[in-house]
Amino acid sequence: MNSVNHPTEEKHVVSIASYIRSNIREYGMLIALVAIMVFFQIYTGGILFKPVNITNLVLQNSFIVVMALGMLLVIVAGHIDLSVGSIVGFIGGVSAVLTVQLGMGFLPALIISLIVGGVIGAAQGYWIAYHRIPAFIVTLAGMLVFRGLTYIILGNKNIGPFPSDFQLISTGFIPDLFDMGGLHSTSIILTVIGAVTLFVLAWRRRQVNVAHGIDVEPFSFFLVQNLIVSGAILLLGYLLSTYRGMPNVLIVMLALIIFYSFVTRRTTVGRRIYAMGGNEKATKLSGINTERLTFLTFVNMGVLAGLAGMIVAARLNSATPKAGVGFELDVIAACFIGGASASGGVGKITGAVIGAFIMGVMNNGMSIIGLGIDYQQMVKGLVLLAAVFFDVYNKNKAA
Amino acid sequence: MTDTILEMRNITKTFPGVKALSNVNLKVRRGEIHALVGENGAGKSTLMKVLSGVYPSGTYEGDIVFDGDVRNFKVLKDSEEIGIVIIHQELALVPQLSIAENIFLGNEIASKGVISWEQTYKRTKELLAKVGLKESPSTLVTDIGVGKQQLTEIAKALSKSVKLLILDEPTASLNENDSDALLNLLIEFRNQGITSIIITHKLNEVRKVSDQITVLRDGQTVKTLNCHEEEVSEDVIIRNMVGRDLEDRYPPRSVPISDVVLEVKNWNAFHHQHRERQVLHDIGVTVRRGEVVGIAGLMGAGRTEFAMSVFGKSYGHKISGDVFIDGKKVDVSTVRKAIDAGLAYVTEDRKHLGLILGDNILHNTSLANLMGVSTGGVIDDIKEAKVATDYRSRLRIRSHGIYQEAVNLSGGNQQKVVLSKWLFSDPEVLILDEPTRGIDVGAKYEIYSIINQLAADGKGVLMISSEMPELLGTCDRIYVMNEGHIVAELSKEEASQESIMRAIMRSGEKK
Repeated sequence: MNSVNHPTEEKHVVSIASYIRSNIREYGMLIALVAIMVFFQIYTGGILFKPVNITNLVLQNSFIVVMALGMLLVIVAGHIDLSVGSIVGFIGGVSAVLTVQLGMGFLPALIISLIVGGVIGAAQGYWIAYHRIPAFIVTLAGMLVFRGLTYIILGNKNIGPFPSDFQLISTGFIPDLFDMGGLHSTSIILTVIGAVTLFVLAWRRRQVNVAHGIDVEPFSFFLVQNLIVSGAILLLGYLLSTYRGMPNVLIVMLALIIFYSFVTRRTTVGRRIYAMGGNEKATKLSGINTERLTFLTFVNMGVLAGLAGMIVAARLNSATPKAGVGFELDVIAACFIGGASASGGVGKITGAVIGAFIMGVMNNGMSIIGLGIDYQQMVKGLVLLAAVFFDVYNKNKAA
Repeated sequence: MTDTILEMRNITKTFPGVKALSNVNLKVRRGEIHALVGENGAGKSTLMKVLSGVYPSGTYEGDIVFDGDVRNFKVLKDSEEIGIVIIHQELALVPQLSIAENIFLGNEIASKGVISWEQTYKRTKELLAKVGLKESPSTLVTDIGVGKQQLTEIAKALSKSVKLLILDEPTASLNENDSDALLNLLIEFRNQGITSIIITHKLNEVRKVSDQITVLRDGQTVKTLNCHEEEVSEDVIIRNMVGRDLEDRYPPRSVPISDVVLEVKNWNAFHHQHRERQVLHDIGVTVRRGEVVGIAGLMGAGRTEFAMSVFGKSYGHKISGDVFIDGKKVDVSTVRKAIDAGLAYVTEDRKHLGLILGDNILHNTSLANLMGVSTGGVIDDIKEAKVATDYRSRLRIRSHGIYQEAVNLSGGNQQKVVLSKWLFSDPEVLILDEPTRGIDVGAKYEIYSIINQLAADGKGVLMISSEMPELLGTCDRIYVMNEGHIVAELSKEEASQESIMRAIMRSGEKK
């Protein structure tokens, strides 16, 4: 770096304290997640971080994470969707009818299920966007309607088991390409590639920002932060590799997380959703079709709920009328724990994912300990309240 | 008996950066109707908020003497308790409750929390008879017209044994018959010994009922006129209202004015809620390139409604009329189409309609033209940051950089962010609605300079403002609007505060 550029960099490097302050929500939640993990690791006598349990954690939470991605957009747009649990049940039923009863292949069943999910989202979004009926009411109605429809198409009984290729989305693992002894080769290679790519991308991003005079965190902080993240990825990847490798559903989930992070951070559609949630009238007066945007947000939610429905059905290896009951609460809680604002306009994909895993790790840890479902519910409720209080407290302190 | 019921002595009220009232004196005699007149922003409402305790004692300087004692109201309730009641322009009634429930809301006739409906209805009937409202006490407020709602408010005031009744623009939304009825009611109250203060823009009404008239201008008392001692013509009132000199507050502009860039013809629109009420009647305006055209008028004249209905039909319904840009008819049926046609509208309500307050300068700047910083739906954030940085320095937005949230900016800087957004959308015509409202003098000058620069760049500017000096200081031509009509078009030479006021008043009387 030559001496001409140097002062410019100095000017745009914000102090560590102010950087943490402006990102306190994310760090706070990340630290909470780590603390909860460490707590249960100790309390369960080391079971939590056992490779088989890490694998289970991923399998058990994948569908919540998938739906939280869509729910985050819905909440950022200033709405809510209570129907996703029922859509999970309904799509599970649809896919069971298609594959088990009608003998359809996996791929066409997947496509039809996603389309049905999208149509359900569209049906609800239509009333919310174009008739201004509050989302709470429309999706409450949807929750009841689609739960009822689930009972109807399943004839009030379980349908299963699914064909083996169908089960693979939820219970399969990516193939092991080379022999690496006890380690799952493809998984460990993907982990290393992922960690390095992430690090390089962050590095290049910082370089570009510095070159254009955009605020960046101090270099030492950047380095420590990214080394910790890479280290955590490598550790988790290694743990998975010592068992059966990465589950298929993890790949799906990661791809979706990357996609939606990109959408929210870098695309015009994402920006418009945030603007609409922040101030719908101003957004409309800036030439943005807020009705269509709201509509599409719900279509998207429907598609993701449809995907989650298939994952859940495949995991249970049977479609049951009660599948997905109460899921909407976990999904919504994940978003709020992750820092989304109930009044719209605020929230991050990474936050929602962290929120989902906080819920997941607590579920998992408390189950291992043998805590009853009664206490589990209470603890989760209090954690939700505490997380949102933390938000409100920080906001008031800043103002 | 002409003793003084209310005296406000040397009232001074400052807001951050603005002196809203400075040494205002108001003396109201018992049992009279006292009119308070002045231009928009002269300080009438602020004065009444001081009086009623909305601005608690201690936040202003000076004394309020009511019924012989100095009063220090901490909250609105304090002033109501001793008999001062304000009825605001926007009525404070709950539409889904009955007339009786509204009248006794917060003041229910009840013992141990159980309401006595018998007593309530009985008292309501008495009150309604007093104000001459022939409705059942159980009628819902939403089912009666604005005029009757106003009477309900007055009945509510009477239920609190009012001594001083203050009416803020009571006839603004009433038709002529209802207005007359209301004014007669005030005269009747006077005969019963109730004192009233009436704030209004309608000078013919002022002359009809007032005993005394106090004129406010720029937060100062100009004069108190006694209608019984001297002949008070409307001209006298107007001269007192506007009589200030234009100072050197407006940067000069010498820009050649060329072709017509915007033309709106036969523009009609109806109210968005009261769908039978036409709010705009056959409006026609033209704006040339390099020209700054003003629209003057009182609040409620339909200026904002006009601008917003042209800008993508953002207001009203059953809108008809044609818009031409550079002589070509354009479609302005949605905001997007209006922007693409070359229009931009800077709202009067920047906090609710102009900005995403919780978001930063960067995102607010690019919002109306995300296409300009993206390819294939993907935002080029480096380009976006450059644009925002560029506008921030060009418009001299004072902030800690482009990542500061809009909510933490001063009014003037917020307005500049809104301007950045619209300048970046590269319009041919900019419609500015009260562009300097709530902005300090220094920032105003900068906004005027930006307007001049736009004219110099060959854009057309249409500016709505309630501050007449501002229009006179910046505009090449001024349309005067009143009650949904264009009632005059004045060249720079013809335009003066008197001529504008006269045009408004005359059109109001013609009806």
